Amino acid sequence: MSIEGKAYIAGAFEHPKRLVEDKSVAAIHAECAKGALEDAGLTLQDVDGYFCAGDAPGGALSMVDYLGLNVRHVDSTETGGSSYIAHVSHAAQAITAGKCNVALITMGGRPRAEGKSGVKPKKFTPNVPEVPFEIPYGPTAVNEYAMAASLHMHKYGTTSEQLAWVKVAASHHAQYNPNARLKDLVTVEDVLHSPMIADPLHLMDCCVVSDGGGALVVVNQEIARGLKRPLIKVIGAGESPKGPMGGNMDMTYTAAVHSGKAAFEEAGVNPAEIKYAGIYDSFTITVIMQLEDLGFCKKGEGGKFVADGNLIAGIGNLPINTDGGGLNNNHPTSRGGMTKLIEAVRQLREEAHPEVQVKDCDIALVNGIGGGLGSRHCSATLIMERV
Amino acid sequence: METPQQERKMAIPEVHPEHKEYWDATAEGKLLVKQCESCGEYHYYPRVLCPFCMSDKTKWKEAKGTGNIYTFSVMRRAKPAPYAIAYVTLDEGPKMMTNIVDFDLDRIHMNQKVKVVFKQSGDQDNPGPFIPCFTPVKG
Ligand SMILES: [Zn+2]
Repeated sequence: MSIEGKAYIAGAFEHPKRLVEDKSVAAIHAECAKGALEDAGLTLQDVDGYFCAGDAPGGALSMVDYLGLNVRHVDSTETGGSSYIAHVSHAAQAITAGKCNVALITMGGRPRAEGKSGVKPKKFTPNVPEVPFEIPYGPTAVNEYAMAASLHMHKYGTTSEQLAWVKVAASHHAQYNPNARLKDLVTVEDVLHSPMIADPLHLMDCCVVSDGGGALVVVNQEIARGLKRPLIKVIGAGESPKGPMGGNMDMTYTAAVHSGKAAFEEAGVNPAEIKYAGIYDSFTITVIMQLEDLGFCKKGEGGKFVADGNLIAGIGNLPINTDGGGLNNNHPTSRGGMTKLIEAVRQLREEAHPEVQVKDCDIALVNGIGGGLGSRHCSATLIMERV
Repeated sequence: METPQQERKMAIPEVHPEHKEYWDATAEGKLLVKQCESCGEYHYYPRVLCPFCMSDKTKWKEAKGTGNIYTFSVMRRAKPAPYAIAYVTLDEGPKMMTNIVDFDLDRIHMNQKVKVVFKQSGDQDNPGPFIPCFTPVKG
């Protein structure tokens, strides 16, 4: 049974703050939930399914109680920053199966207020099987993705200049977003001259650290048709985890190879039909590898594909992350999937900033890589259509 | 340019019950990997059940301790000093996460031949198990 056409994204809300010093993580989730329900024209009483990931304090049980929800379906799938993309798919599955009609997905956090960053060693979690064989070596978010970048450069000849174009595109879009964390336009040279964090990734190859969050409301067809919002239909989804495979690791590709194929097949569309893409830009290399693995260009040619403004709305062939993405706009609690979905919904509704709105934007794709590309990650893909 | 590698305090790994032999061996300067007697495959990190066929007939084997660098990154923004994280392809086949040590960090390169060396985790007051790291060799 396919989810194609069974569920619609009716509400979307991005928290306007990038630094939240005066409120708790739970309060951020609640503000986002309220924002998304108001956007949809629905109320707390309408929600009968709740979805959250590892950022939700206390998990689904605490959040359902805290938010005052009365639901008959819960799902706390945790795949890092791609969780929320998987949640939309899971919500569509639950709606298809009749397990809920109005699904609320929330995320949020305050890493800036709490003083966290991507260069600090990962946290030591007891009983996780690989941890004793990795934690002594100092893996971090940035040096893991940097190893993937080193390999991509070595194998395919990708250059730092090509990586920098991903950031240039993000900055081009962010200048029109009043809430963006970084609004200044940057050049390829600016990226190359920014401090080296972990070879070959410079500071400007890395996403921002920001507080805030977002929420989505996914509903069945009947409810969607009764609301006063454009109809954003879920037409395909896929998810795929990938790791070092017992030592048989291949870091040249992401699991988007599998999640993307599944989503395109379910949706019955191909990459050439995608007008707008939300691509999780944890680092510039992440975008290049996802674009290859989703089939927007040949394997190894992602560097050439992103160069010369090809990702900039109004200039390039494939506008991505027109809010400024995680590189410039927002990367709440270091989980980029939610904000990618929200900007894709804006694009499909023609509610993006006029300077970055994609013309005739009827089909959009969102892809996220959660976790670490240099160890374990999960790719989730979602394809949506405005009807 | 030269960035000499400096000694770095490594986090002490949690020793899971099935890994006692592994950590006992590193203290004696030996790197153990697991080989499955059912399917013949080596795997890393070590499991009780083979990740390729789920057989429980996995046996410890002493690795030659040589391999080459699959990929790496020098963490420039590290306190107190830069360090190199890498994956090394062991001559037996499996790739393992590691650090490249006792070498100029600016002269590390892809496919470089390396051999295992062991560094103690923790510090003098709280010493932990010895950790397999790698250092470049000629040839
Ligand atoms: Zn086996």
